Amino acid sequence: MPELITVGAAISPNLPWSDWQFGFWIHLLIFGIGIISLLLGSVIIFIWLERRLVGRFQRRLGPNRAGPLGLLQSVADVIKILTKEDIVPSRADKLIFWIAPIVAFTPVVLMLAVVPVADGALLADLNIGILFVIAISSITALGVFMAGWASYNKYSILSAMRTVAQLVSYEMPLILSMVGVVIIAGSLSLNDIVKTQTVPFIVLQPAGFFIFFIASLAEINRTPFDLLEADSELVAGYNIEYSGMKFATFYLTEYCEAIVLSTLAATIFLGGWQGPWLPPIVWLLLKIGIVFCFIVWIRSTLPRLRIDQVMGFAWKFLLPLAILNIFVTSIFVALWPETPAWLMGLTNLAILVAYILFWSKLFKPGGKAVAV
Amino acid sequence: MGLQIAFWVLALIAVGSSAGVILQKNLFRAALLLVVCFLASAGIFVTLSADFLAAVQVIINVGAVAILIIMSIMLTREVTRGSPSNRLGAPAFVISALIVFILVFSILTTAWPISGAEPAQPTTSVLAQILIGDPGFILIIQMSAILLLSTIIGAIVLMKEK
Repeated sequence: MPELITVGAAISPNLPWSDWQFGFWIHLLIFGIGIISLLLGSVIIFIWLERRLVGRFQRRLGPNRAGPLGLLQSVADVIKILTKEDIVPSRADKLIFWIAPIVAFTPVVLMLAVVPVADGALLADLNIGILFVIAISSITALGVFMAGWASYNKYSILSAMRTVAQLVSYEMPLILSMVGVVIIAGSLSLNDIVKTQTVPFIVLQPAGFFIFFIASLAEINRTPFDLLEADSELVAGYNIEYSGMKFATFYLTEYCEAIVLSTLAATIFLGGWQGPWLPPIVWLLLKIGIVFCFIVWIRSTLPRLRIDQVMGFAWKFLLPLAILNIFVTSIFVALWPETPAWLMGLTNLAILVAYILFWSKLFKPGGKAVAV
Repeated sequence: MGLQIAFWVLALIAVGSSAGVILQKNLFRAALLLVVCFLASAGIFVTLSADFLAAVQVIINVGAVAILIIMSIMLTREVTRGSPSNRLGAPAFVISALIVFILVFSILTTAWPISGAEPAQPTTSVLAQILIGDPGFILIIQMSAILLLSTIIGAIVLMKEK
């Protein structure tokens, strides 16, 4: 079926199987299995990494008994959670209760389809790569909502409402923060964006990275935006009624989201697979690990925000900054395309610092609560 | 061949799920079926080489519209029982039959022009040229922006505490 290949999912000609007879399907198979196994494998390692790191930050050891350095701890946890009883509340909407974990998990895996691990080595080199990622990521909110609703539990509905309000608000700055990168790269395809990064875009777009990182912390419900599962307020969050494998799927979704957003940050702002000496995939994994460790660092450092502060921060701080960033970047690209990289980066950084100083005068702790 | 199969599968899903939206008593499930319908039509856009449109369809209709619909459903009572029957059934049937007739009639009688040109790749730059290029629709875009802005301000005014 040659016509299907022309529909967006063009495969790169510099892969060994691209001129075989069923090259397209072999490509799908190799990358499909590769992405899923890489993701699931790295989740186990990253859970261990996070628990060890948080242990270090809190001046304790973390899991260190199962296997060398405690590496088998996650495996033990997985076995424990898989053998647990699957409980469904009697008043739950059974069908939706059953589908919700799948709806939440699938888009997260799909997002990796457009991320290159080397030049041209990706599942589908879409012309609209970034847009695809944004579109797919918005479906996860639906899974969370379905779970919260179908559980027939007031805490889970409250949690789902909070989550959706938060996700919808932070989607806006997240999308707009990537527009600056798209303007400079001149393409929406992630492969092209990585190839144009002779200088990583974090140097050219510090403000863009700042917004992207904060907004993605909110999108994956990490501290300081983990209101979704604020234990002291909502018991456990939208997945309170879930147990066994269904709960494991939600847990998996959260970690996969964290990994996928680290991957996106590494690809869009840190130069992706580019780097000297080491093979491209190693560079990508290294950068993902660094971003993930940074997320864990933030988790063990910052306290949780209130819901009105979270919403106010998105709409009053991040959104104007993102629009300002787009404005300044497009002035540079449209009027002075020959601007040296250092000047562009410095201007961006100066705007970021000035903006933070300006707004910190307006936002005072203990101010009037914002109704949400 | 492959595109034909894809089109028919997606079309069946879209029609089936939109029929489900109407027939399903449970409002929450009806809203979820609406999401399936949106996704299927996004898939049809992909088979027509309109990848940008497909992504925008998912972002706006699934990511924003459907979630707002579900949020507003949560504010209604008796979600699982659907709308109660009343005496407006007959007029509603007449009006919707009229609308269906007008739609089907106009779709069948219009001579739809079919372009013989190859689909553009990438689609984004062509779209940008048409929308905000020189003989483009920049005025219409700006007017819709003003429309949206006035809607937002209206919502804020309505929500403001007296």
